[in-house]
Amino acid sequence: MARKFQPQMATGNDLFEGDVVYFTSTGCWSRDIGDAALAVNSEAADDLLARASAFPNEVVSVYLVDSAIDDRGRAAPAHFREVFRTRGPSNYPEHGRQAESV
Amino acid sequence: MYQYNDFDQAFVRERVAEFRDQVERRIAGSLTEAEFLPLRLRNGLYLQLHAYMFRIAIPYGTLNSRKMRQLAMIADRWDKGYGHFTTRQNIQFNWPKLRDVPDILDALADVEMHANQTSGNCIRNVTADHFAGAAADEIEDPRATAELLRQWSTDHPEFLYLPRKFKIGITGAPNDRAATKTHDIGLRMVRSSDGLPGYEVSVGGGLGRTPIIGKVVREYLPKADLIPYLEAILQVYNLAGRRDNKFKARLKILVNETGLDEIRQQIEARFAEKRAEWPPINPGLLAEIEAAFTPPVFEPAAPVAPVLSAGLRSFIDTNVAEHKQPHYAIVTVSLKPIGGTPGDATSHQMRVLADIAEELGHDDLRISHEQNVVFPHVPRRHLPEIYDRLKAAGLATANIGLVSDIIACPGMDYCSLATARSIPVAQEIAETFADIDRQRDIGPLKIKISGCINACGHHHVGHIGILGLDRAGVENYQITLGGDATETAVVGDKTGPGFAYDEVVPAVERLIGAYLDMRTEPGETFLETFRRVGMGPFKAALYEEVRSDAA
Repeated sequence: MARKFQPQMATGNDLFEGDVVYFTSTGCWSRDIGDAALAVNSEAADDLLARASAFPNEVVSVYLVDSAIDDRGRAAPAHFREVFRTRGPSNYPEHGRQAESV
Repeated sequence: MYQYNDFDQAFVRERVAEFRDQVERRIAGSLTEAEFLPLRLRNGLYLQLHAYMFRIAIPYGTLNSRKMRQLAMIADRWDKGYGHFTTRQNIQFNWPKLRDVPDILDALADVEMHANQTSGNCIRNVTADHFAGAAADEIEDPRATAELLRQWSTDHPEFLYLPRKFKIGITGAPNDRAATKTHDIGLRMVRSSDGLPGYEVSVGGGLGRTPIIGKVVREYLPKADLIPYLEAILQVYNLAGRRDNKFKARLKILVNETGLDEIRQQIEARFAEKRAEWPPINPGLLAEIEAAFTPPVFEPAAPVAPVLSAGLRSFIDTNVAEHKQPHYAIVTVSLKPIGGTPGDATSHQMRVLADIAEELGHDDLRISHEQNVVFPHVPRRHLPEIYDRLKAAGLATANIGLVSDIIACPGMDYCSLATARSIPVAQEIAETFADIDRQRDIGPLKIKISGCINACGHHHVGHIGILGLDRAGVENYQITLGGDATETAVVGDKTGPGFAYDEVVPAVERLIGAYLDMRTEPGETFLETFRRVGMGPFKAALYEEVRSDAA
């Protein structure tokens, strides 16, 4: 039996700041993972990656990653690496994305 | 301290101008990311999880107050007010912006620093004994040789595109504090039968995916033959090293696959040719380099007040080592405060370190591969003042060589290669063993933690090594025991199944508890006990609780 398709999102790093960004359903980049567009099958995932890769002078290191879905139906990190990317370093809570939410 | 000559200065400035142009072209879109990536790596600029990371070379770990203050300035002006000292004796800044990096490089060039060859498949920053020039056990200061190697390897056209990165470590003392056997080439100073200093040369050491202790390829190499001999090693490697598989591309794999005797013959044959064609090193140039490493003018012996404070006594016991001048001391400043991040220093702390070095320590500072800072030349009469000033800056932790003096790589808190976190594991171990009396009772113990198989945290050569992995989407930590990075270097043995994140610290506690139960007397160290009793009893202690839980 084929493995159930895990929804995908496209993420990368801002060329100038180096920080984490997510590709949205409106075709732009957001710093909020909740804005990430979700691809629910492999064709949609290929299309998502192609569209996200069309900004080579703004966003780099673009890749698709498994996404969870939160209770509001929005994208959420599935793997612990992606959880850390939404936050910042655990040794300095005042640095990285986590600093903006306090 | 070696001072840049006109050639060095012009070279570093040209490299900055070149990179400034490359950054501008990247921003303008005329360089693609694929084109830009190797260029930025050649200048020490990485892209990590949350931001760029900028790695700056500290050749053979040596700084003075002016350089340290400039690092503090860079931390404040272009980063978040701190820096991270690494196991390669470098410093990394974790939050630079792409547009600022050329300005940072110019600020570095102002104090004769750079970021060249801190990445890429080239000869990397040469590391050296952090006690060089000061240690009581030293034959000679190895840094003149290290500087010669820096000049020889900088932009060496033949060795900029090696099969893989290439690391050289050097020590002038029989006690190896520079982990030379874990380097592609390890140089350990020895004397010939007629008393002349030269080098024992090891090749093919390295940690990472395939940890191997370097093997002695030449028992004694006269100093004058060093460059042609190293070129011979590099040429053999450059020609025969594997380029088809990144994981098998290091010199250690070539040495293992070829065999030590065969590789020795190849090196010696190439060396015979090189030696004939290589002109002798310009004696004027060599004298100039050696003059840059002459010892400071030591002050005359002076009476030292008796140590009355318990805090200072404890600090002297753990953080102060013997200097070759009896009335001097080598002071190691721990960058491992309990609960802190191993190797991190704030800009304020950097300035305090710079001030102390300048005023009380002959303006000399070292970075150790164990991520601490060293004042190599301190008159003993200044120890109380230094202690007080360090204490005021949160830098007087008296734990050098003890359980909380942990090496940890940045791990998944920063690094895009990491498979698990390292820093919080180190923090929790240090907090668990925070009590200094408990630490001193446990005695010398080196815990080293890496957040991935690349082993920047040197876990293979930790007495207790911890490797963080991703096992089916969960952090899992593999433990090794009995590793050693010194002149008796050995790769540690795996204990068995790994531990979940919240099981690691209790596992380390069980290991240390087992050691305390088994040691014959308080003077028997963890490593000695492990060597005496072997893996069995430690393994039993480590997995006992897990088994009883399952039962």
